[in-house]
Amino acid sequence: MKEVLRFDNVCMHYHTKQGETVAVKDLSFSVKEKEFVGIIGPSGCGKTTLLSLAAGLLTPSKGKVENGGVSFGYMLQKDELFPWRTIEKNLFLPLEIKRKCTDENKARVLALAEKYGLKQFLKSYPSALSGGMRQRAALIRTLALDPNVLLLDEPFSALDYQTRLSVCNDVYAIIRNEQKTALLITHDISEAISVADRIIVLSKRPATVTATHALDFTENEPLKRRENKAFSAWFELLWRELNA
Amino acid sequence: MKDKPQYTKEHLLYLRGLKRKGLLVNAVRVAVLALLLIVWELAASLEWVNPFITSSPSRIAACIADLYQNGNLGAHVFTTLWETVVGFCIAVGVGYLTALLLWWSEVFRKIAEPYLVVLNALPKIALGPLIIIWVGTGSKAIVFITVLIGLIVAILNMLNGFMETDENKILLLKSMGASKWQILKKLVIPSSLPAFISMLKINVGMAWIGSIMGEYMVSKAGIGYLIVYGGQVFKLDLVMSAVFILCVLAAVMYAIVALVEKLVIKNR
Repeated sequence: MKEVLRFDNVCMHYHTKQGETVAVKDLSFSVKEKEFVGIIGPSGCGKTTLLSLAAGLLTPSKGKVENGGVSFGYMLQKDELFPWRTIEKNLFLPLEIKRKCTDENKARVLALAEKYGLKQFLKSYPSALSGGMRQRAALIRTLALDPNVLLLDEPFSALDYQTRLSVCNDVYAIIRNEQKTALLITHDISEAISVADRIIVLSKRPATVTATHALDFTENEPLKRRENKAFSAWFELLWRELNA
Repeated sequence: MKDKPQYTKEHLLYLRGLKRKGLLVNAVRVAVLALLLIVWELAASLEWVNPFITSSPSRIAACIADLYQNGNLGAHVFTTLWETVVGFCIAVGVGYLTALLLWWSEVFRKIAEPYLVVLNALPKIALGPLIIIWVGTGSKAIVFITVLIGLIVAILNMLNGFMETDENKILLLKSMGASKWQILKKLVIPSSLPAFISMLKINVGMAWIGSIMGEYMVSKAGIGYLIVYGGQVFKLDLVMSAVFILCVLAAVMYAIVALVEKLVIKNR
């Protein structure tokens, strides 16, 4: 599999009147095509900075981020649906931004909405949807431009635990179905183990890679992985590494 | 045709209770007003108070009827209404565009900040003599004062609304490759609609303050003129009538803005 994203000794410094903050230091890792990589780290370690660097929204102070010209879709902690737009209009938003509002593209987005159970809500406003359905709509909006790589910034942290488990199962099934490369940032170790092919552990700020683990689960379904005996062993190992 | 929803008995009782409560609130509102008018009328007609000073509902009604019959009512109302509406529209329009400009450029915003703070704190009435010299004593001066009073409030309110745009939504649009113009059009303007409505509501009051204050200073017609004239010749029925007409006009203008609010942001 070819590499779609590569961080080479990346450093990111923020400058304010109060001083300079080093968010990320000498960070190196790569992500291969169709791989699902989970990145875990303590709160405030620079995880979101890392995603912004990957998406090209920030330029590194030092080092290089290579993405080989692939396209990215960004999914944030909250669904960030626009309350004044219907679900259909929210799903078309990326097409409008990129001026790709063709009938063909719209039909593709509507087909995704139908496939993943949003058809009946297309003319509704976000306020009429449950938290889980809203996250599903946010994912389909992210998929609207058919991006090569999905950048997921703690996408379920705003949901309650029960909803998170069920939505996480649904949403990651969609991502696997659509055969997307994904980079998940989370502080939830369980979530990372339940979905990722590989987990990268970051240190406290400034973030550097302290460990990388390829997970050897045969199941890809998050809920089934949680039932696997190896799940708790991985959890303990990652917990120790995070708190080292 | 849409089917009528089927409700349980408990829900119907709840809805009925809600309706009854709403009716009761409205009935009490009307009753309070009626009681106030009756007591006022009685106090004046039984001479518990001096009706020459306090006027009375019947004297106010007679005064308004008199103004209507001699053809002055329409002219005075139209004059004030025109000055208020024109001043309101200019203040809202220019204020909105200036706030957009300030949102767009951080440098421009920082430069303008101290000027806006000082202009907001300045009592605009202090500029009255200057305005009369610069613009003259006609309707133009009154519109100018109305604009001056509403403009800074409009700018500050709208700028606040624009600056409160959710940073995460901006990040989302940036991740889609949106330009600043697209962020403004797709996110900042629609998300600041509640701030816009709130600014309209505030400016309705400001516009009336501006036009009446302007008429106190320089007018030959209008509701403010009637109040000043009535006060000078001790026709307090006329003053009270003018204030009553002013209340009705301000309430109507506010109701129009409230209706716009209902139509525009019903889905949020």
